[in-house]
Amino acid sequence: MVLITLSLIIIVPIMILFFGSLKTTGEMYLHPYTLPNPPHWENYGRILSLQSPFWILLRNSLIVMLATTAIVLAICSLAAFVFARMRFRGKDIAFNFLTLGLMFPITVAIMPVYLVIRDIHLTDSLLAVILVQVTFAVSGSILILHGFFRAIPVELEDAAYIDGCTSFDFFWRILLPLASPALAAVAALTMIISWNDLLTPLVLLNSDTLWTLPLGTMQFQGQYSSDVAMVSAFVAISAIPAVIFYLFAERQIVSGLTAGAIKG
Amino acid sequence: MKPDNHIRSARKVQVNLTVILFLLPAFSLFLLFIVFPIVRSAYFSLFDWNGLGPAVDFVGLDNYKRILADQVFRKAVLNGFLIVLLSLTIQLPFALGLAIMVGRDLPGRTFFRTIFFLPYVLSEVITAIIWMGLLSPDPERGLINALLVLLPGVQAQTFLSDIHMVMASIFVVLTWKYFGLYTLLFTAGLQNIPKEIEDAARIDGANGWQVIRYITVPLLTGTILTCVYLSVLGSLTQFNLVWIMTRGGPVNASEVMATYMYRYGFIRFWLGYGSAVALVMLAICLAFSIIYLRFARQPDYLGNM
Repeated sequence: MVLITLSLIIIVPIMILFFGSLKTTGEMYLHPYTLPNPPHWENYGRILSLQSPFWILLRNSLIVMLATTAIVLAICSLAAFVFARMRFRGKDIAFNFLTLGLMFPITVAIMPVYLVIRDIHLTDSLLAVILVQVTFAVSGSILILHGFFRAIPVELEDAAYIDGCTSFDFFWRILLPLASPALAAVAALTMIISWNDLLTPLVLLNSDTLWTLPLGTMQFQGQYSSDVAMVSAFVAISAIPAVIFYLFAERQIVSGLTAGAIKG
Repeated sequence: MKPDNHIRSARKVQVNLTVILFLLPAFSLFLLFIVFPIVRSAYFSLFDWNGLGPAVDFVGLDNYKRILADQVFRKAVLNGFLIVLLSLTIQLPFALGLAIMVGRDLPGRTFFRTIFFLPYVLSEVITAIIWMGLLSPDPERGLINALLVLLPGVQAQTFLSDIHMVMASIFVVLTWKYFGLYTLLFTAGLQNIPKEIEDAARIDGANGWQVIRYITVPLLTGTILTCVYLSVLGSLTQFNLVWIMTRGGPVNASEVMATYMYRYGFIRFWLGYGSAVALVMLAICLAFSIIYLRFARQPDYLGNM
């Protein structure tokens, strides 16, 4: 019973949003909570029309998300490999240093980061957003990958070295393929966080041609707040990619989150 | 034994080179975009600086004195602690109860997990806009008021524009968005507890509540502490939902540290003052982290994970 009530509390608000997005604003005031009858797809048509800003927002969000994820995977798997499989002096200190980022979220550091980005003349560029998102994903991702990399048996490594592999060969040909579920988990988690990030683009980007979806959605809501149906449609459309992605990658997201949390 | 030493030191050079090369990118980003900015802002926080031209107007610790004396900042800190308190006493126990209820083998478990976790995946912007609709003061537009006015003698509430209800409303939205995350983490923690231990307690005559109280919850301590940590840090630095739904209003009633920092640092563009606010936030987060690591948990990822 409790579970079903709770599910309704989650689902009903989202349904109201989708129903609303298929009505005209007038209908929304008359019958706010009913099924759209008949459904008005015009809102969607207007938002998805070619000259609509939606496509630019979508493109920017995709660029930022894909670049951030790719860089996080590359940088963090290299670092996690070193921490998990090699012995060297100062390892604990280096590891603690790189996981220091877990102690405070990006919100705390956004003002200092902004000042640096401004002074290297990188504001108002997607590159700045990507670099900042990558930096704040480093700690958590290294931690998750480190745990997975350590779990790979040391015998495999010995065998590889006896067969003449270099460290990089072992890393590239043996470790990464074996750790692909971990990489998928880190990738899925990074994608979600990057996709939903509002503060970094809000602070770093001025031009509306560079805005990402959350930032654009927020501005759209502010600009068209009287046209409730349009705002609903805009929000609904911008939610769709995340929901679809979630339904496909739920297992990866979940395993990334739980691995990070349990090991952190 | 000279050749052997030679080989060993060649191998050592190779290892060290790999270590340096592989760590270089992560370290560079970390130094450039976390350590260096924070150190630099610590310096700027000693200036009265509006961002035009260089920072020259040295004011010592005046910015900090003003922050700590500002009623609005105090309100922001109190609101942050209020969210922390409510999260720890309501949100986490609720999520824990739910995780125990969903349990290991309830039919449809994965279905419920998918539903409960859905709000976590939606962005805060989407969550905020959905809830601004639901909490609308007009019963024709806001579902919550539409339901409230059905009750006898209850009138429509203004929620987000009522200084007494705004924090409670924000907390409801935060709970809607985040309880699924904690339920998920607790469920994962529960799966690590061997079923046999609970069975053994039951055979020894423990009732359902006793099993939960004396077996399940103590064995979940690690997961609980992790959730406490995430929840406290998240609550103290909450920005998005508050900013979109209320901008910290009405009359600063829902101000939190991050919205205060954003208002002074990025809207009024008092960069020296904003830097000082950021450092105060950082100090609060680090203080909490240190207390947590010191008392709640040894950092077990140091070497024996």
